[in-house]
Amino acid sequence: MSLLEIENLSLTIGDTQILKGMELSVAPGEVMGLVGESGSGKSMTALTVMRLLPYAARASGRVSFDGIDILAATEDQMCALRGDDVGMVFQEPMTALNPVKTIGEQVAEGIRWHTKATRAGAEERARRMLDRVGLPQAKFPLSRYPHELSGGQRQRVVIAIACALKPKLLIADEPTTALDVVLQAQILDLLRDLVAESRMGLLLISHDLAVVTEMADRITILRRGEVMEAGDTARTLSEQLHPYTRQLAQASTHVPARARPHDTSQGKPLLQVEGVTRDYPGRRTSLFKRAVPIRAVDDVSLSMQPGQSVALVGRSGCGKSTLARMILALDKPSSGAIRFRGETTTGKSEAELKPARRDMQVVFQDPYGSFDPRQKVEKLVAEPLHVLDKKPTRAERREMVAHALHEVGLDQRDMDKYPHEFSGGQRQRLSIARAIITRPKLVVADEPVSALDVSIRAQILDLFAELNQKLGIAYLFITHDLTVARAITDQVLVMHDGKIVERGKTNEVLDHPQSEAAKALVAAAPDLHRAIARRMQEQG
Amino acid sequence: MTLHIDIPEETMSGILAKAFRNTAFVTGFVITVLILAMALVSYVWTPYDVTKLVIADKTQGPSLAHWFGTDHFGRDILSMIMVGARNSIAVALVAVGIGMGVGVPLGAFAAARGGLIDEALMRVNDLVFAFPALLSAIMITAIFGPGAVNAIIAIGIFNIPVFARVARAGALAIWPREFILAARAAGKSRTQISIEHVLPNIATLLLVQGTIQFALGILAEAGLSYLGLGAQPPMPSWGRMLFDAQTRMVVAPWMAIFPGMAIVITVLGLNLLGDGIADILDPKSRRQR
Repeated sequence: MSLLEIENLSLTIGDTQILKGMELSVAPGEVMGLVGESGSGKSMTALTVMRLLPYAARASGRVSFDGIDILAATEDQMCALRGDDVGMVFQEPMTALNPVKTIGEQVAEGIRWHTKATRAGAEERARRMLDRVGLPQAKFPLSRYPHELSGGQRQRVVIAIACALKPKLLIADEPTTALDVVLQAQILDLLRDLVAESRMGLLLISHDLAVVTEMADRITILRRGEVMEAGDTARTLSEQLHPYTRQLAQASTHVPARARPHDTSQGKPLLQVEGVTRDYPGRRTSLFKRAVPIRAVDDVSLSMQPGQSVALVGRSGCGKSTLARMILALDKPSSGAIRFRGETTTGKSEAELKPARRDMQVVFQDPYGSFDPRQKVEKLVAEPLHVLDKKPTRAERREMVAHALHEVGLDQRDMDKYPHEFSGGQRQRLSIARAIITRPKLVVADEPVSALDVSIRAQILDLFAELNQKLGIAYLFITHDLTVARAITDQVLVMHDGKIVERGKTNEVLDHPQSEAAKALVAAAPDLHRAIARRMQEQG
Repeated sequence: MTLHIDIPEETMSGILAKAFRNTAFVTGFVITVLILAMALVSYVWTPYDVTKLVIADKTQGPSLAHWFGTDHFGRDILSMIMVGARNSIAVALVAVGIGMGVGVPLGAFAAARGGLIDEALMRVNDLVFAFPALLSAIMITAIFGPGAVNAIIAIGIFNIPVFARVARAGALAIWPREFILAARAAGKSRTQISIEHVLPNIATLLLVQGTIQFALGILAEAGLSYLGLGAQPPMPSWGRMLFDAQTRMVVAPWMAIFPGMAIVITVLGLNLLGDGIADILDPKSRRQR
């Protein structure tokens, strides 16, 4: 008998149809993977089960959990269910915890509410739960606050809250999307163990096919509110009967076609980073002791040739973004020198940097945050033109913007729109248009595709590859995603704790990692082919 | 959660449609427009001449000839309130202008520079803030003599730290955003970024604070002229009218009631307007209705 059964569920918010005839079921002890791209209605499905939908939402159909008709249940019945029989883990561990309450209070809160346990009793159970999710008493007393924990540790607290009362069903909505690959592997392991221990049903929502394949027994593929295909994970993904399933699988392992990498052995280097170190002032522990500085980047040296595509990979917090900012002269190194086209950029004034700025540009991760919402595309894309010696006239400027938009596959009429009128993928194209408008020699891309859906991601990677071939732009790709590094770069640098611990040809490093850090990254990276093969093997 | 509910940037017609559904905004807007209209009309027409004393009509209660009655010199109170509105609004408006004109660039500059400069500027700011505004305004007018201009300067100076703080806090929230980083990577100077990207993004914040300060300015002006430090007779002002009414409360209560009402209604209207604007422009305060 199924624990959760969704039949013919339709959902509208205002006039927008979110879900259409959705079917899904989860049995006790089963992991159901729900896959789809953004806007496909994955999160709304989860919120329907919890009955946490926005006010304007109207649901019809049947959702039954453990014999209870969820859509007809009273608010009191739902309150009793939520957190007790159904737990939920959210994507963003930064915002899912209350910053002014200790982790102990937050885990104990649900226990006290649902079991009427005493404070001491609830804390005792909270303690055991935190031990279980890998936050032992010695290092993580109940009195810790969320801001004292790292992202991965916070996600463990969120899981502890969700699982504290041994729910029959756990809903995990993109539980690892905000984490790096190593943390992702740890959190997935934890979820898998918890499911096995208490025969919990797990509804795992993700856009990442590889993650779901590794975890789920059965899989449901959702597109624009409709179920495209559902069934046994291994069979569904190995046979790929449905065209959309095939499309998703291909997009997640997409490698852009690139001609021979540029011959990069000789010639003057484009970028040289020599012994660069960056310290941040640490927190003072006592009024009389000097604060110990935190070393974000530690004696890093590297060099890049023109037209070369280099990946800088590492876990979150390893200092890769700090290094990128120093290369872009947005931050000053504490020591060491950075030379761009043979000229030192460190310690120069903004005016002296102008010629260098023309030749280096940046693409950021978040396609939503990297544009001023109050300006039109024309102004936004034209922003780097500001560094040209000769200011273009208005007509010339429009011409250049139109050209750049054309190069990234957008229409030139788009220049009179505001950024919010574009989708995430289109905004990332805008971001690239802004980066290439001055015909730079180097583009630094900080996780440029990690916020995008797989099919959009494949398109953007293609665009990067094409521009690299066509314009000879060198890329420094900062990423924690090895598939991206493999898809688009010739060289890879592995960074760990502020140091570069390994470097070499991308394929060699990723296939035969030497350093501990690189090995951990490679082992933890989800890989669709590997996951499918393992699934098939398990089933014989 | 991947619940990317995109908050669409508002179109002008969308904002207007929402504005007309917002009771606070509509009420505040109507009151403010009425008061402004009254002040403007007073330049060309008032029921009676406010500088002419008609002792024969002194301290008359409200009647058809004098809707709000007359004061102890026989002047028409409605006419005086109309002219007084002009005075109150002018003082408050210019004072807010001074506060914004100096405070906003100061705050934006402090946020853009950071470090010691920021620290020093904001501590001086705190120092000015720490003085009770009305008391210091009294001090200034006491030193430089009473009058509308000095009242404006006094109230204006104490508006500066308010706007500097609001502008700095708003700007600090904008600076770490990625589009600012992108602008810096494009080689724009801090001043340019402040003008092009930061100010437009904190404009709504300043607008809301502006209406609130405007209301406070009117109160402060009333307070100063009540103490005889604002506009000087024969120029009527609301605060002065209250002062004159004080000793005649029992025999001529209308002399106090109508100017008092004028102050209360104006301040209320401006506060409602400010609340309304904040509600309409802030996507976070939007409620499901």
